[in-house]
Amino acid sequence: MCLPQMLSLPVLRAGFLTRRGVLGLATVRAAHSHGGHVAIQDDMSVPHYHDKRNYPLPDIPYRRDLGADEKALMEKQKGSWKELSNEEKVALYRIKFCQTYAEMNRPSNEWKTVLGFTFMFLGFTGLIVAWQRYYVMPDKPHTLSDEWKAKQLQRMLDMHVNPVEGLSSKWDYDKNEWKK
Amino acid sequence: MSSLLPKPQLRGLLGKRLRFHVVGAFLFSTGSAAAYKFGVAEPRKRAYAEYYKNHDPIADFEALREAGVFESVKPKGK
Repeated sequence: MCLPQMLSLPVLRAGFLTRRGVLGLATVRAAHSHGGHVAIQDDMSVPHYHDKRNYPLPDIPYRRDLGADEKALMEKQKGSWKELSNEEKVALYRIKFCQTYAEMNRPSNEWKTVLGFTFMFLGFTGLIVAWQRYYVMPDKPHTLSDEWKAKQLQRMLDMHVNPVEGLSSKWDYDKNEWKK
Repeated sequence: MSSLLPKPQLRGLLGKRLRFHVVGAFLFSTGSAAAYKFGVAEPRKRAYAEYYKNHDPIADFEALREAGVFESVKPKGK
């Protein structure tokens, strides 16, 4: 794996800052026998390799120490590229880069986890709200009883509320019922 | 060498996008204005005209009076 890959997530948003080496990369290793953890920082005064979605040119090639075959390949690529086979081209790519864009952008199943937890927490919240509604909230105002609401509606019809397009326009005053 | 890809469109990208969106915005805005005018505004104007064509305010007042919603005038029975 491209080791700096995970840690470069916050770096992704500040691509140009990385090139100036402002942000520090830290790896945590246990350094003392009593279990204390000391964060050892990588040297940010030299360029690092990062795979970035929004910028295709990492600062340095991925592989620096090359075997004999790879060194020979690097020499061969200085000539005409038509003489390179497809495997050699892929090998040259893998020397320069860690992941392809396709591998970088590969889909994951994280959305299922996210959705699952979201729904679980919503459900739990619903339980809390229900308990609250039953044990904590006071009684509803008396004006929300069915009897009061019926009297309220009758008074609104008596007053001819919204007679053109609204409530009273739907009421048949001659037959004393809702219009069909 | 694998098969050559067709050369992509390199020029006029902004112009093409602007034309598409300007036309779309114009159509969308005039369309929604027309839809509102003929779906909401005109029927409402007609509804009001119909209501007030044969509207008798005195009879309306008497009906309200009988229903007992006024405080200054009581229904005729009292």
